[in-house]
Amino acid sequence: MTLWWIGDIVLLAVVLPVVVYLLRGVLAEAKAIVPSVRGIAATAAAGSKDLDAVPLLLTTQDQVVRTVENVAAYGGSLDVIIDDDEER
Amino acid sequence: MPAAGVVLIVAVVLIVVALVVYLVQTIVALQQISTGLDDAIAGVGEIVEKTAPVAAVVTDINANLDAAVDALEGLLIKKAGLGDAVGLVDGLYPGAAAEGFRAIDGSADVKPPRIAEVYTRGTLTLARLGREAPIAVVSPAGGPVLRNVTGGSLAARLLYPEERQGRPERLSRSPVIGTEAPVQYEPSHEPGVRRRMPTNGGTTGADPGAV
Repeated sequence: MTLWWIGDIVLLAVVLPVVVYLLRGVLAEAKAIVPSVRGIAATAAAGSKDLDAVPLLLTTQDQVVRTVENVAAYGGSLDVIIDDDEER
Repeated sequence: MPAAGVVLIVAVVLIVVALVVYLVQTIVALQQISTGLDDAIAGVGEIVEKTAPVAAVVTDINANLDAAVDALEGLLIKKAGLGDAVGLVDGLYPGAAAEGFRAIDGSADVKPPRIAEVYTRGTLTLARLGREAPIAVVSPAGGPVLRNVTGGSLAARLLYPEERQGRPERLSRSPVIGTEAPVQYEPSHEPGVRRRMPTNGGTTGADPGAV
């Protein structure tokens, strides 16, 4: 009977506080992650929205091609109308 | 049941209750984390999807721009010579001569000449019209760097000789052409070949329909 009482005391005075302490720690850490994950999700959504202009790169690519073509045309004309360095 | 047994049961019940309370809260928190991670993964997936063609497009743009730069640098060197080309680039972008031209080996070793020694006054004047053009700062001709924005059209007259802008009334009039022109020219049968050489005071038109 004495050992039983000792076991009860140990259970109430040691095991229960340890279990509560550990569970509270796990819960606190889990709750601390939630705002971080929400912040990551919001940032990813904002980053994805910022990239909505990426398709405009195709327009830029086309404009660059046209500009380079014009530059090549002007360069060809300049090559004809301006004497070379050796000819001057 | 002995009292010790009752206490044991109470202790076990307390432990189970504590487990249930905290574990349920933990499960709720983990569910929120899972939902948040799903949202984050969806956002990251969109980012990956949207940025997928960027590399190819930017590479193509850079390739086109590189080709244009190489062509223009080659044209500049062909027309101005390597030394003068380096001088022009260094005049427009101070310090750029140290890097040289990308496609020309040894261009970084060329000592850039003074831009005023290479280019004509017209080039310097045109460059001076630009706002705070670096070439204008080192211009030996002096003068304001900034263009006169209020009288810009009048300032453009300074580009031309004085006798043409300051006293235009003293210049001879432009020749009169047409059927009533005082001087008539015969039309030729072949371009550049006259029927006869003009006499003093101009030729008189043998053909009344001459232009």
